[in-house]
Amino acid sequence: MIAAQKAPASARRRLRLPLAGIIGAGIVAFWVLMAIIGPYIAPHDVGALIDNDLFGRMRWGLPLGSDYLGRDVLSRILVGTRYSIGVAAAATFLAILMGGTLGMLAAVSRSAVDMVLSRFFDMLISIPSKMSALVVIAALGSSIPVLIATVAVIYTPGAFRIWRALSVNVNALDFVEVARARGEGTAYLIREEILPNILGPVLTDFGLRFVFAILLLSSLSFLGLGIQPPNADWGSLVRENINGLADGALAVVMPSFAIATLTIGINLVIDNLPGRWSSTGER
Amino acid sequence: MAMLTLGFVSMAVFAGTEILPGDVAEAVLGQNATPEAVAGLRHALHLDYPAHIRYFLWLIGIFSGDAGRSLANNLPVTELIASRLPNSLMLASVTAVVSVPIALTLGISSAIWRGSFFDRAASFLTMSVVAMPEFLIATLAVIIFAVNLRWFPALSYAAGMVSINQFFNQFALPVFTLSCVLIALMMRMTRAAVIDTLRSPYIEMAVLKGARPIRLVLTHALPNAIGPIANAVALSLSYLLGGTVVVEIVFGYPGLARLLVDAVSNRDMPVVQACVMIVCSAYLFLVILADIAGVLSNPRLRYR
Repeated sequence: MIAAQKAPASARRRLRLPLAGIIGAGIVAFWVLMAIIGPYIAPHDVGALIDNDLFGRMRWGLPLGSDYLGRDVLSRILVGTRYSIGVAAAATFLAILMGGTLGMLAAVSRSAVDMVLSRFFDMLISIPSKMSALVVIAALGSSIPVLIATVAVIYTPGAFRIWRALSVNVNALDFVEVARARGEGTAYLIREEILPNILGPVLTDFGLRFVFAILLLSSLSFLGLGIQPPNADWGSLVRENINGLADGALAVVMPSFAIATLTIGINLVIDNLPGRWSSTGER
Repeated sequence: MAMLTLGFVSMAVFAGTEILPGDVAEAVLGQNATPEAVAGLRHALHLDYPAHIRYFLWLIGIFSGDAGRSLANNLPVTELIASRLPNSLMLASVTAVVSVPIALTLGISSAIWRGSFFDRAASFLTMSVVAMPEFLIATLAVIIFAVNLRWFPALSYAAGMVSINQFFNQFALPVFTLSCVLIALMMRMTRAAVIDTLRSPYIEMAVLKGARPIRLVLTHALPNAIGPIANAVALSLSYLLGGTVVVEIVFGYPGLARLLVDAVSNRDMPVVQACVMIVCSAYLFLVILADIAGVLSNPRLRYR
């Protein structure tokens, strides 16, 4: 009976990425590249009004048409990539840094520290993310540092949970006991014993959290509460061109398409990673 | 635990008001206000008390149904919310009624035929939907149904329902958008819950007895998966609370979330505070409901 249950799991354990995963990785790599070089290869200035036609069709020189003021859509998307990916990545990184460190600390200390931290983050996690974002933005106004800090704080409890759960498993293993018996300190235990053994799943977790951050940020921008003009990320691009929706203008469709490809790409990579990378355990 | 969280939320929301730069009284009266007028208003708004006393005054106010007045138009916050809350509840309940049966059917059937083409197509589709922001789905829905097919209006006003037909027209697109995401979320969780139950030893026993896959899932696994499924339904419904924010804006639906977003743009803190408290209470209520459903459906937990 045990052998019968093990069988399907081993079939999933392939080291190479399936085709869907490669496609996803390709899409993600493309957008990350665009975030880095986007502003340098943009054909027109982002603020320049170059088309007399509003919501112009695509033609030579304006590959994706023009937006509601007659600006080049392609250039605006290329420059917006940096805001969409940059802010989300910075926020996710901060969230993982805070949540991850505290999570491992809680797992290793196994005591009152763990209790207090876990209870505290359990409380934080039960506040809907959009609500906390709206309250902070109502109070502080919207700017890039505020957005990064808010999203980082919002996703810290989730990161804490995953990192703690993973570390608790590793912490119960014999080699950690041995290190503890050797008299190693908490910092050493975290750095040398726990971290290397949970690296795969936590990288997957980083990807998922990054997707959430992109979705939250673009929704905020879409509501007009995210990145403020004259700068624009993909969410703001959809918002400012929403009047072109009735004509099915490319200025609305293309930024939406950019968000969808990026998030679906990341999901494709994560879903097709080998089982030992999975942050939710084998499924 | 839930009460503690709600208390924490209220403190956080109140602290949010406190860090606002500037003085509310001066902001309301404008630049030409005399110092006496400012002092008078400060007294009327209890601004001359220390923060912790004002916090309790505000908390008592919220619970006794008096959430203060809006800074933007001086209407009582309670009145503003009372005019919007029924609309939001309506939208949420119609969405729930539409999506729960569809999601459960899809989730259970893809668990029955797991690994099949249907299952893989469904899981790719739901993954894509979950990975897309709501405004994207709303935008696509408008392009397809309102612009190209001209079936439904792109805006939804919900001002007095005259006929069934009109009612359907107004709700079609917002409900469609919300349902897409809700069905995707709920279906994934339902499928996971059923498949999780399918790993139990008694399922193995039923397989050895020769039960067919459909019978296996429906009569053997499903009764034991009801707890996790009910849990999944309640958790997905709590998504509706945040999800309506974007949908109400896109379709111009006069609901609570739209009031909240407008208040955030105007920095109308009494309205923001009251709306957030309502949404968070509803959210916590659903989470508790999910826990209760989990306990009720598991006899081992029930009699403990």
